[in-house]
Amino acid sequence: MRRIGWKIAILAIVASTLPAVAGDMGDGAVRNCTWCHGTSAQGYTVAPRLAGQRPLYLETQLRSFHEHVRDNPFSRQYMWGAVASLSPRSAHDLALYFATIPPKPANDGNQELAARGRTIYLEGIPEANIVSCYACHGPNAEGVRDIPRLGGLAYFYLKARLEQWGQGYHSTPGSPMPMVATSLGPAEVEALASYLSFVK
Amino acid sequence: MKFVGLAFLAAILTAAFAGVGHAQYAARGGLEAKLQYCKTCHGLSGQGYYGWFPMPRLAGQQPEYIENQLHAFIERRRTNPIMTNVAHALSPSMISALAEHFRSLNPPPFGGAPRGSTRLGKQIYEEGLPEANVPACMACHGLEGKGQNEIPRLAGQLYAYTVGQLTGWGKVRGQGTAVDTSAIMAPTAHNLNRSQIEAVAAYVSTMQ
Repeated sequence: MRRIGWKIAILAIVASTLPAVAGDMGDGAVRNCTWCHGTSAQGYTVAPRLAGQRPLYLETQLRSFHEHVRDNPFSRQYMWGAVASLSPRSAHDLALYFATIPPKPANDGNQELAARGRTIYLEGIPEANIVSCYACHGPNAEGVRDIPRLGGLAYFYLKARLEQWGQGYHSTPGSPMPMVATSLGPAEVEALASYLSFVK
Repeated sequence: MKFVGLAFLAAILTAAFAGVGHAQYAARGGLEAKLQYCKTCHGLSGQGYYGWFPMPRLAGQQPEYIENQLHAFIERRRTNPIMTNVAHALSPSMISALAEHFRSLNPPPFGGAPRGSTRLGKQIYEEGLPEANVPACMACHGLEGKGQNEIPRLAGQLYAYTVGQLTGWGKVRGQGTAVDTSAIMAPTAHNLNRSQIEAVAAYVSTMQ
């Protein structure tokens, strides 16, 4: 926890000194992202992996930060400022660039919960009205169009996002995820986040 | 009396604590909770949704068709990796209640189909392709595509869903030895080529 604490402090300082991302897509724009998301965009502490993410999802989320729709605390704190002067064209180009980087799995979940998480991912829990994640995110959690790849994201990030959907934060208008989150209890969230962190 | 009061209080407290963070379990089995579950994938007003799979429109669907299909998933007459599990958790009375609810919904079509071939689609829908042994869709599904009884509504159905169903009809529907009404569509689906399927799917997706 203490380690995460100072990393967040550094992120805060870095993010606050870089409010203006270059309007034109260039090495500079990419470097501004990788300060927090890692040099090969594999994610770092609270900043999620961007490598291999669906380009349409990245673009949608950049727009969502820009319009202050995606409103969870870290988004407000870091991403609203980071994308404030990012043009739609640059957002599009950045999304395409990060999507081409091969993603590596975080492998940081609880291994003992992974099997349970896999079952919930594939089948849901129909008797508890928990839907199958697979129906939208795909058999290998690879995502499609503006539906994000989940496989191999960090446990911390996956868990936080699932919790935030249930806490009333917004991300993408019209998403069914708030409904999904209301059906998930803490045990299901931990199992799903654990399983997904290991998916290649 | 005092004991009964305490027991009553304990029961209320237990129910209250069980509800904290687990509202889903309290509502388990209720129609509202199950409808929300269906609509998570099939769209908030049953208009359908594009996930990894195209999730079909259920709004305005014939109740008899929905019931028949849910039973087909349970009996494995229709193979589907997701819906088999979903349908297994539904009681017969829940199936009827869900089907009745979706009949009453009437959102606009989801849209998004390619527009180029809707004229050919309308022609196939209304006149069929006599030389290819394809009857007019209209003959069974109705001029407005609303269906009747066990014959499904096609109006407003998602383009990719209709394409997928007509392309893989015999591999998905009418499985096992039980007699299944889906056999009626098998030759027609087989006799349509890919571009004709796309044309019909595009046309029905625009029908209100």
